[in-house]
Amino acid sequence: MVVGIIGYGAHIPRRRIKVEEIAKVWGADAPSFKKGLELFQKSVPALDEDTITLSVEAARNALARAEIDPKDIGALYVGSESHPYAVKPSGATVAEAIGATPDCHCADFEFACKAGSEGMFVVYGLVKAGLIKYGMGIGADTSQGAPGDALEYSAAAGAAAFIMGADNDRMIATIDETFSFMTDTPDFWRREHQFYPSHGGRFTGEPAYFRTVTGAVKGILEKSNLKPSDFKYVVFHQPNGKFPKRAAKLLGFSFEQIDVGRLVPWLGNTYSGSSPIGLTAVLDVAKPGDRILMCSYGSGAGSDAFVFTVCERVRKARDLAPKTRWLLDENVNFVEYGEYAKMRRKIRLAEK
Amino acid sequence: MRDVAVIGVGMQKWGELWEKSTRDIFVESALLAMDDAGVDSLDAMYVGSMTPGLFTSQEHLGSIMADYLGQKNIPSTRVESACASGGLAFRLAYMEVACGMHDVVLAGGVEKMTDIGGGDATHALAAAADMRWEGMHGVTFPGLYAMMAVAHMAKYGTTREQLAHVAVKNHHNGSMNPRAQFPMEITVEGVINSVKVADPLNILDCSPITDGAAAAILVPADMVKKFKKPGVKIIGSGHATDTIALHDREDLTTLAAVAASAEQAYKMSGKDVKDIDFAEVHDCFTIAEIIVSESLGIFERGKGGPAAEAGETSLEGRIPINPSGGLKSKGHPVGATGLAQIAEITEQLRGEAGPRQVKNARVALAQNMGGSGGSSVVHILEVM
Repeated sequence: MVVGIIGYGAHIPRRRIKVEEIAKVWGADAPSFKKGLELFQKSVPALDEDTITLSVEAARNALARAEIDPKDIGALYVGSESHPYAVKPSGATVAEAIGATPDCHCADFEFACKAGSEGMFVVYGLVKAGLIKYGMGIGADTSQGAPGDALEYSAAAGAAAFIMGADNDRMIATIDETFSFMTDTPDFWRREHQFYPSHGGRFTGEPAYFRTVTGAVKGILEKSNLKPSDFKYVVFHQPNGKFPKRAAKLLGFSFEQIDVGRLVPWLGNTYSGSSPIGLTAVLDVAKPGDRILMCSYGSGAGSDAFVFTVCERVRKARDLAPKTRWLLDENVNFVEYGEYAKMRRKIRLAEK
Repeated sequence: MRDVAVIGVGMQKWGELWEKSTRDIFVESALLAMDDAGVDSLDAMYVGSMTPGLFTSQEHLGSIMADYLGQKNIPSTRVESACASGGLAFRLAYMEVACGMHDVVLAGGVEKMTDIGGGDATHALAAAADMRWEGMHGVTFPGLYAMMAVAHMAKYGTTREQLAHVAVKNHHNGSMNPRAQFPMEITVEGVINSVKVADPLNILDCSPITDGAAAAILVPADMVKKFKKPGVKIIGSGHATDTIALHDREDLTTLAAVAASAEQAYKMSGKDVKDIDFAEVHDCFTIAEIIVSESLGIFERGKGGPAAEAGETSLEGRIPINPSGGLKSKGHPVGATGLAQIAEITEQLRGEAGPRQVKNARVALAQNMGGSGGSSVVHILEVM
């Protein structure tokens, strides 16, 4: 049975803040973030946007493209590191909102920035096993960076949803191979009750991101007997603009292969949404027959890699919901730091 | 006092050694030095390390390093003088052999700086400054050296470009050193356009955060022929201190501890600055190399910058400075730096430095600094 993506959708909040605006507040050097990390701006969720609302928007876009009855979704998983509740599933609200309840298996996933690809992997497995007809995997975050910390320049918000199924006539992209790579590598963490995450500085690079991403990609290339030149597009997790470029170089991919899915300079790091949103941008432009490699990364640390082959239906499906580049570039509203601080709840209000 | 010689040195490749601990790094270098010398047991050892407690929570390095080196029960002493800890460990090992107490003594230095984040590392390094009057008020080491640079520029007209030339030259030398952390070539424009750290110093004016170690084996000079490699004789040793706080100095454009420690070493060796064929000096920042080169008497005051720009300190120049790549390119694991200088000088004087070999070198000087000049250790070594 060939299983793959039969629906996909993204959602990105309308608001943006520029790197210069953040740097101005902290007396930091904006050019070093722009040049050194290739970060120009990031998305900012409004007060009424959270991981659940972003997930619902992305899920609706995926449903529009799949043209299925949401009742046929047998499993729905939301991966995030910013679930609004510590106890109470995001997925239940999302499933209810899109009409997938009550006969639906649901759970929230967390694995730093790879929680989204985990949901995709698990619903793919359930469909392949014949346990469900369709399954939805969502990666969404309203990620946190401590004020003034390097993370504040990248921590952004967004979501992507994928519906996996085995219907040949609905197939947008087949999943041809998967491979996961995981070790106990503590490069980034947030303990219970802490508001902001901590990170190991440069340790998050070589021994964490690069080791894991290159491990996963080498693994899937070997498992699938493919080489870098066999792919039209490659999407890596993108904590900043530089890391995916360097990963591409290390693995023998060209800049052209990663360019379309590398949204981070204008979007920021949407954590669990990062590589999944990149994949939606690629599906928006890919041609039938194109082969796509996606590799997520989550601190702690692991990567899920997928090989997709694009199908004919992509031509029709992509026009059934807003395209990702449109969400990213159009109708954008830039905010100043004060408004950003309010929306990110960084201002302490009077206690009642 | 007996004459003393170095008969073995060791140093591994430096960098962000995530997979290794302090003891792994130290033992690797110490074993390389023991292999180089052809010895398998030591009479005593000294371990230079600035602040393993703040970097890794481990103190009591003297004992732990002797144990892990397979030398349990020998006298082993941790030495601290901020970034001059390695140079001071070497001096104490020298004194111990010179006075006749022991024959085969290892001097090593080590620092594991990447187990903590950049902010914590900056704090740990700031402990080499006057914590009460400098560190607690937020001054970091780049800030202190930046003030020295501003003063030097104001007094002597030293230029931004001259500072950059020091970094460019050291990276060029480091590109030929297989153990350097950052062996890439850089350009003057690249330095000037790199990220600002503390005006006028940019990131490429600053030495990096590094994990690394280095070691040397010292024996009485009359025992040298019993070992496999030619000895390099220690002919001068000097050590001096100064105020730790920058604001307690009359003049920010010179380093009194460097001058005083050099004076002792010159006097003891019977050599003059003109006899020095090349020097390894403490270029923790580009301005440091310029001021040190003046305080050692290599150049007149205010002439260090123009001399760097004119190439007088390049490998082919009148007096090569930092053929190893210096702290800038080779890296700066603070406690190890003083011993890495000794390792470079030993290999150079043995003619083993490959493409960065200083031609016809017979006498060389090592200068290792603590903090912003609160201490300085100088050694002069000569071919035997």
